Amino acid sequence: MHPFSYVKVSDIAGALAAGRRGGRYIAGGTMLVDLMRETVERPSTLVDISALPLRDVTVTARGGLRIGALVRMAEAAAHPKVRATYPVISQALELGASPQLRNMATIGGNIMQRTRCAYFRDVTAACNKRDPGSGCAALGGFNRTHAILGASDQCVATHPSDVAVAFAALEAIVRLVGPDGRRGVAFADFLLPPGSTPEREQAVRPGELITAVEIPALPRPLRSGYLKVSDRRSYEFALTSAAVALHVRGGVIREAKVAAGGVGTVPWKLPAVERRLIGERPSEALWAEAARLAAEGARPLAHNKFKIELLKRAVERQLRIVGGTA
Amino acid sequence: MSRQAVGAPLSRVDGRLKVTGRAMYAADHPTDGVVHAAVVGSTVARGRITGIDARAALALSGVLKVISHRNAPRLAYRPNPSSNNPEGGERLHVFQDDKVLFHGQPVAVVVATTPEAAQHGASLVEVRYDAEKPSTDLTGTPAHAPVTYARGDADQAMRSAAVRLEMTYRTTRNHHNALEPHATIARWDGDRLTVWDKTQWVVGTQKELAAVFGIEPDAVRVISPCVGGAFGSGLRAWPHVTIAALAARELARPVKLVLTRKQLYSGTGYRPAYEYHLRLGSDRRGRLIAMVHDIKAETSSYEDFEEGVLAAGQMLYSMPHVRQAYRTVPLDVNTPLYMRGPGHATAAFAIESALDELAHELDIDPIELRRRNEPSEDESDGTPFSTRRLRECYTLGAREFGWDRRAPEPRSTRDGDWLIGMGMAAGVHTTRRNPAQARVLLDARGSALVEAATSDMGPGTCTAMTQVAADALGLTVRAVDFRLGDSTMPPTPAHGGSQTMASVGSAVQDGCDQLRRQAIELAVADERSPLHGADAGDVAVTDGRLHVKDDPARGETYQQLLARNNRTRLETLGSFTPEEPRFSMYAYGATFAEVAVDHRLGLVRVRRMLGVYDVGRIISPKLADSQALGGMVGGIGTALLEHTVTDHRDGRIVNANLADYLVPVNADVPDLRAIYLDGEDREASPIGVKGLGEVVHIGVAPAIANAVFHATGRRIRRLPITAEALL
Ligand SMILES: Cc1cc2nc3c(=O)[nH]c(=O)nc-3n(C[C@H](O)[C@H](O)[C@H](O)COP(=O)(O)OP(=O)(O)OC[C@H]3O[C@@H](n4cnc5c(N)ncnc54)[C@H](O)[C@@H]3O)c2cc1C
Ligand code: SF4
Repeated sequence: MHPFSYVKVSDIAGALAAGRRGGRYIAGGTMLVDLMRETVERPSTLVDISALPLRDVTVTARGGLRIGALVRMAEAAAHPKVRATYPVISQALELGASPQLRNMATIGGNIMQRTRCAYFRDVTAACNKRDPGSGCAALGGFNRTHAILGASDQCVATHPSDVAVAFAALEAIVRLVGPDGRRGVAFADFLLPPGSTPEREQAVRPGELITAVEIPALPRPLRSGYLKVSDRRSYEFALTSAAVALHVRGGVIREAKVAAGGVGTVPWKLPAVERRLIGERPSEALWAEAARLAAEGARPLAHNKFKIELLKRAVERQLRIVGGTA
Repeated sequence: MSRQAVGAPLSRVDGRLKVTGRAMYAADHPTDGVVHAAVVGSTVARGRITGIDARAALALSGVLKVISHRNAPRLAYRPNPSSNNPEGGERLHVFQDDKVLFHGQPVAVVVATTPEAAQHGASLVEVRYDAEKPSTDLTGTPAHAPVTYARGDADQAMRSAAVRLEMTYRTTRNHHNALEPHATIARWDGDRLTVWDKTQWVVGTQKELAAVFGIEPDAVRVISPCVGGAFGSGLRAWPHVTIAALAARELARPVKLVLTRKQLYSGTGYRPAYEYHLRLGSDRRGRLIAMVHDIKAETSSYEDFEEGVLAAGQMLYSMPHVRQAYRTVPLDVNTPLYMRGPGHATAAFAIESALDELAHELDIDPIELRRRNEPSEDESDGTPFSTRRLRECYTLGAREFGWDRRAPEPRSTRDGDWLIGMGMAAGVHTTRRNPAQARVLLDARGSALVEAATSDMGPGTCTAMTQVAADALGLTVRAVDFRLGDSTMPPTPAHGGSQTMASVGSAVQDGCDQLRRQAIELAVADERSPLHGADAGDVAVTDGRLHVKDDPARGETYQQLLARNNRTRLETLGSFTPEEPRFSMYAYGATFAEVAVDHRLGLVRVRRMLGVYDVGRIISPKLADSQALGGMVGGIGTALLEHTVTDHRDGRIVNANLADYLVPVNADVPDLRAIYLDGEDREASPIGVKGLGEVVHIGVAPAIANAVFHATGRRIRRLPITAEALL
């Protein structure tokens, strides 16, 4: 670890001031401290934002849900409103990390988390994301857990978050405040595919602070859920995951929100699958047909070809679990 | 009558100490004036160091010194055939030259006043290399000359066998990954070295340090009272132990060195990866005729590490013809070491999978097939078995597990998306014993102190030895204090190979028996003793009171006896020296597993497991259970999760941390149960113990793999079994 200084701020203005001076926000610290230990991250100043008033879950004017950036993963998962209206969020949170981590880690920190690519975390390996221009050790290395979708020749790392997959599916909006004021960013624009700048991972401007994640209102009744496929039964990142939300009325699917995790450089929204579902009646055949569209455009690496089939099957399974087979 | 301690499900005598955080592990010892060391590992796997720039590190406040081959003193590195150094090759000489032999090899050490400064300093040392392409892949690299075994003419017999199978099984490298990292504190007092170390063998580490530094073993003291898990990783003194001692001498201050989790993957050994090619011939009724084993395993370029992978193939089943060739393949990696059930576990995966394949081929129940091939003597050399009760393990296991509910046809049981399967496998592990001693002291209060230089890496040595001693001395468990982990104590063999209970336990038994007899002799010869004149053979000791067996009222306590005789203590030195074995001695087990496989997503979940063991006498059933259940959990890891990944381009270990190297978590561990056949093996050891710490792990992975086959009809011959193999 490299030496750093530490300040704790008590209000947003104080945070932004410290952020403007180049301070790095720290919330639960579950990711940042790890990466500092490995010297992957070398912030000179940590700005502890854990005392900021961003810890509420509220219902928005339009009937959506607003989750404060400092709400802990465990709190968000257990919140009655979240559980009742968006089980997919609760499930994604509870299938991630461990109870200890979920008690510390925050929603803001979660969507800001960096890739688990092992070469990224090993400062002696070539990695364009950590050290732009140094190359990508994963491309020709051990890339079983890497992306089959959204990769570039610069970087093939996946975004590891589970709840971000649910947020992507539900088309959440990230609320930010910064030196230039407040703004909202659609989730689809918030996490950035690597392209030629893999070091840029989020559409966050210097000094900007995430204040909340907002889930837009969706027509009711809405059934939703999250499926996570991983080698280990718990405490392990997804090989593949699927977040599904369906609104069925009169026996017909009126709204479908589907995204996959563990396969893309960012949580992978599946519009083709969604389109295939809307207007149809739930059936085993429909789930299978829609799921076949999930891996469109996938490009596997040496060790992760299996993810193409796994992705389709995971989506199919989760469509069936959420949608049933009326 | 007080209850016998042996056989009682005692809780650990040091349990409270451990769960309240007061147990002292290697890095915990308070040492005045200690400074901290951090190792710099090589970032290439083969080549030469061409430059070391330590200026940035030395400029940091708190950094005292950076030591590398450039400024390190030459060390003696005397030959030391003991201490688990492999027979072939020569150990790594740290900081003695510019050669790099594996990725992560220590190339420098930074010593500083705080661990933070040392680590920061280590990250700033710049090392330049002249790197060569390393060779780290077992497949395709030339091997050393083989170790061989043959009986009959296996190749000829194979040609005429009615049924022939040929398979290649592959296992990956596994790391021990104990919770406690390896750590060493070293302090010199003049020419004398004291080391607090994480080790399974204080005596082995003592000898190795003496050899490395060219001093007498008596000048080295190694202390290691608590070990936070090891599974074998503490069976050698690794380079960091030398580094700590070297740095302490150079700085003339005590030095503490704790390896990081990542450094444990290159700084200590591991279970080597294997390619196990097996040909098998039988008749149509499943009687084995021949097996041909061609075995390849990784080792380092500088040492030839071999382990007991051949035994099972020679003696587990009856057959006239066997040929074995075991080749190690020298690679640009660090040297492997024993890991729980070394060799045996790997052999079991191949042989027990193969038996299952044969059972399926012939449509014979896997247990019945094993019964048909049960030998009546050890066919490797014709010796009789001391005890071998595998048949009973099968019978009891089948009954308790509900084996009769298993539909023979694979892929015939379903539960929603899950395919359900049952599998079983036998396991066998050599009963090892070595000379051991134990000192027994009985004080004037009637309490006993028993000491031996052994370790307790988790099995509960302190507790089990206390039980043996308590019964032999006729004391309650609370009146006995067992201490270990100091090279000044009576010597014992390495705390590995499942030999501690049999070897050290027998020495403890002997020492305590001697002491009890000594007290009794003293009493019956003492005119003032109520026992005066009694036949020594008629006197027993219960709860610290000596008394005539048939007349319990006639007697006195140890305390009274010692006080009257003005003795502050009685003392004996117990010992155990195994006789030249006349028998074939092994511990046996049968493991049963039920798995569920998600047939679409390729996920394997173990639902329940049962192990039935023939391991001789059980000293401590509660400890035995924690061994057995832990062995099964480890087996789940080997079967489904554990895999040290090497990047063959540069020899780096890719997943050198516990987030990426997967071990089972609670959710992966199902309903586990262990049963021990009642009995003892007096040939194996005077206390009837065969040793159980490893056999409980052996056979778990093949039982799971066989269950996966039964569930899915898919035979997976490569561990770990992951989703991609089953999709
Ligand atoms: C062993 C392990 C297993 C894990 N498993 C999973 C898993 O299975 N699924 C999963 O989804 N996650 C998993 N995680 C990741 C975990 O969810 C994240 O570490 C956690 O959510 C990060 O939150 P934090 O509050 O601790 O963030 P911190 O570590 O405090 O910060 C993380 C990053 O976010 C930035 N940041 C934090 N808050 C804000 C804010 N309000 N505005 C702007 N920037 C901010 C920080 O500057 C930093 O860059 C795992 C982590 C570990 C260590
Ligand atoms: S995949 Fe991305 S994060 Fe991983 S090594 Fe390549 S550039 Fe770095």
